[in-house]
Amino acid sequence: MSELTLPARVALVGNPNSGKTALFNALTGSRQKVANYPGVTVERKEGPAVTPAGLTVRLIDLPGTYSLRARSLDEVVTRDIVLGRLEGEEVPRLLVCVADSTNLRVALRLALELRRVGRPMILALNMFDIARHRGFDIDLGRLSAELGIPVVSSVAVRRGGTRDLLARIDEAIDEQGVQLASTAAAASWSEPNAAQLRATQREADRILDAAVKAPGRPDGFTRRLDHVLLHPLLGRLILLAILFLMFQAVFTWAQAPMDLIKSGFDGLAAWAAVVLPSGWVLSFVRDGVISGVGSVIVFLPQILTLFFFILLLEDFGYMARAAFLMDRIMGGAGLHGRAFIPLLSSFACAIPGIMATRVISSRRGRLATILVAPLMTCSARIPVYTLVIAAFIPARTVFGWLSLQGLVMFGLYTAGIASALGMSWVFNRFLWRREPGEPFMLELPDYKRPVLRNIALGLVQRGQIFLKRAGTTIFAMMVVIWFLCSVPPAPPDAAEPAINYSLAARIGQAIEPVLRPVGFNWQIDVALVPGMAAREVAVAALGTVYSIAGADENPGELGRVLTAHWSLGTALALLAWYVFAPQCASTLSVVRRETNSWKWTAFLFSYMLALAYLAAFVTYQAAAALGAG
Amino acid sequence: MTVPLGAAPVGMAGRIRAVRVEGNEHGLSADELERRLIELGFVEGARVQILHEGLFGRDPIAVRVNEATVALRRREAASILVEPERG
Repeated sequence: MSELTLPARVALVGNPNSGKTALFNALTGSRQKVANYPGVTVERKEGPAVTPAGLTVRLIDLPGTYSLRARSLDEVVTRDIVLGRLEGEEVPRLLVCVADSTNLRVALRLALELRRVGRPMILALNMFDIARHRGFDIDLGRLSAELGIPVVSSVAVRRGGTRDLLARIDEAIDEQGVQLASTAAAASWSEPNAAQLRATQREADRILDAAVKAPGRPDGFTRRLDHVLLHPLLGRLILLAILFLMFQAVFTWAQAPMDLIKSGFDGLAAWAAVVLPSGWVLSFVRDGVISGVGSVIVFLPQILTLFFFILLLEDFGYMARAAFLMDRIMGGAGLHGRAFIPLLSSFACAIPGIMATRVISSRRGRLATILVAPLMTCSARIPVYTLVIAAFIPARTVFGWLSLQGLVMFGLYTAGIASALGMSWVFNRFLWRREPGEPFMLELPDYKRPVLRNIALGLVQRGQIFLKRAGTTIFAMMVVIWFLCSVPPAPPDAAEPAINYSLAARIGQAIEPVLRPVGFNWQIDVALVPGMAAREVAVAALGTVYSIAGADENPGELGRVLTAHWSLGTALALLAWYVFAPQCASTLSVVRRETNSWKWTAFLFSYMLALAYLAAFVTYQAAAALGAG
Repeated sequence: MTVPLGAAPVGMAGRIRAVRVEGNEHGLSADELERRLIELGFVEGARVQILHEGLFGRDPIAVRVNEATVALRRREAASILVEPERG
C-alpha cells in the first residue's frame, strides 16, 4: 500500500502548557486511540480529524517539549518523530506547532528550531481569545511573513475555534503533494549549543518585537490566586485541605460503586455456580477468573475518583503549584517535587500511582518514586488492618480521648509514609550516589477554567488502561494463583478445607520454618499465597483456612477465631508484615511494565520482602520478650 | 551592578545580564543546565521578577520571566545574573 492511499499524518508539537492536548481533543473528539510507543512507556495519542474540504487526516499528539534537544523519554519520542528517525513510525506530512499566544517568546524559539528541520509546518497561536482579552495585539500576517510559514489563531475550548487551523491544514496538504520521508535538513540535524539557542532566542525576540504591536498584561487572576495558593504557610494549609478532600472522596464517594461492583461479581459467581457443573471448571471460572479479576476491578471507582481530582487540578493549573509547595519536603528524601502526586495516588492503589510517575522527566527520579510507591498504605491493606486491629487491639481510649484502635491504624499509615521517604533517601544515598538528582525546574502555567470534556476524555483513557491491564497481565497472575490454591484437588473424603491439600498449602508448610521466627503459623503462611492476588484477598483466605464461610462479609466471626488461635505478638507481627510486604502481583506486573526491567522488579520485591521480614521479626520478638508471644 | 537571582529577595525585579553556570553540583553538566535555563526563557535581556518563595530556606522560588512563570531552586537561579531595576 502506498502512503498516498493512507490519510495524511499530521503531528502536533508544542511547549508543555500550550494547550496542545486540549487542541488535540477538540480536533479529534472521542475518536482518539491511546497506546504506547513500542518499547517505551510514552503515551502515543492518535485520532482522525476531518478538514472543511472533507479530507481526513490522522493527527498525532506528540509529548510537550521546550526544544528538540530531548531530555526525557517523552521528548526523545517527539524529536525522533519530527526528524523521521523513529523506527516503525510514519514521518508526518505536516507539523502543527502549537503556541500559547500569551507566552510567545518561548514558543517562537521552538517554532524556529522546528522550521530548520525543513518539514511543512503551520504555527497555531492557541488560546488566542485569552491573549486578546489580556491586551495582546498580534499581527498574524506579519508573523507569517517573518517566519515564512502559515500562522493561524485557534481557541481549543470554543466551538469553531479550530476552523481556521483545519482550513490551513487542507491547503498545506493540497500544496505539497507527496512528502519525502526524510529531508536533508532533518538528516543533518544536530543539537544546538548554548550560543545557538541564544541566537535563536534573539531572532524570536526580533520577530516578536515586529509582530506584536501591543504587549498584554499579566493575568491578574493568576497573580491574585497565587498570592494565596503559593503563600508559604496558607498555601500549604490549602494544599492539605485539598488532599483531605481527595481522601474523603476516594474513601467515601467510591464506596457505593465499589459495593455495586462487588455484588455484581458475587452475583456472577453465583450464576456461574448454577450454570456450570461443579468441579474444576466451576472452581476455575468462579474462584480464579471471576473473583480474581473482580478483586482488582473493584478498585476502579477509587482510581477514577482519584484521577478525576488529578485531571481537574492539572487542567486548572494547580498541579505544578503542588509540586512547588512540596519540592523542599520531597527533596529532602531525594524525591522530585513531581513525585508528590504519584505517591498520593498510591494511598488508593499503587497501580495508578506508578502509572502517574510518567510525569517525572528524569529517569532516576521516576525510578525512585516507583520503588517507594508500594510502601504507601493502599486501600487493599485496610481490610487486613481492620480485621486484625478489631480482633486484637482493645477498643478503649488513651489520654482520655484518643481511640487506641484508631491510633494503631494511624501508626500503620505513618509507618508507610516514613518508610517510603526513608527508603528513597537510602536509594539516593547508596544506589545513585554518583549521580546527583536533576534540578527542579518547572513552568507554573496561568490558571485556566477546567474543561469538563478534557477531564472526561482523560478519565475514560485512565479507566481503559487500568481495565486492559486487569484483563491481561493481572488476569494471568490470578490464574496462576488460583492454580496454586486448587491443585491438586482435595480427596473426596476430605476433612479439612480444600486449600489445605493444594500446592499453596505445601508452599505454606514449606516456608513455615522460615516464618516461625516472625510468629506466623502455617495457616497464615497458606493465606499469604492467595494474598498475592491482592492484599485483601488474604482475609478471605484466612477464613477459608480456618473453615469459616463468608469470612470477608463477617469479619467479627473470623476475628473471634483468630483471637483463639493467635497470640498478640503474631497479630502485631502480621500488621508489621503488611506495612512492607510486596503482597500484590498486580503491582509487580505494573512495575515490570513501567520500568521495562525485570531487574528493578526483582529488586523491589526483594527489598520489600526483606523489610517485611525484619519488621515482623522485630515486632514479634519484642512482643514475645514482653510476654505477648 | 548585578546580583545573582538566587540570592535576591521576593519582589526584586530586573533584567538578565548574563547566564553563567559554574560548578557541577546540579546533577547536570554546566552546559546542559545553561541550555535548559535558556530554553525556559532565562536569556540575556529577559525581564525577571521574583514572585514567591518557599517556606524552608526560602526555596524554591517562583520567577516571572517575560510572559511566563517558572519555579526553580535558588541554587540553580544563582547562575542567573540580574541588573535590578530602580524604584
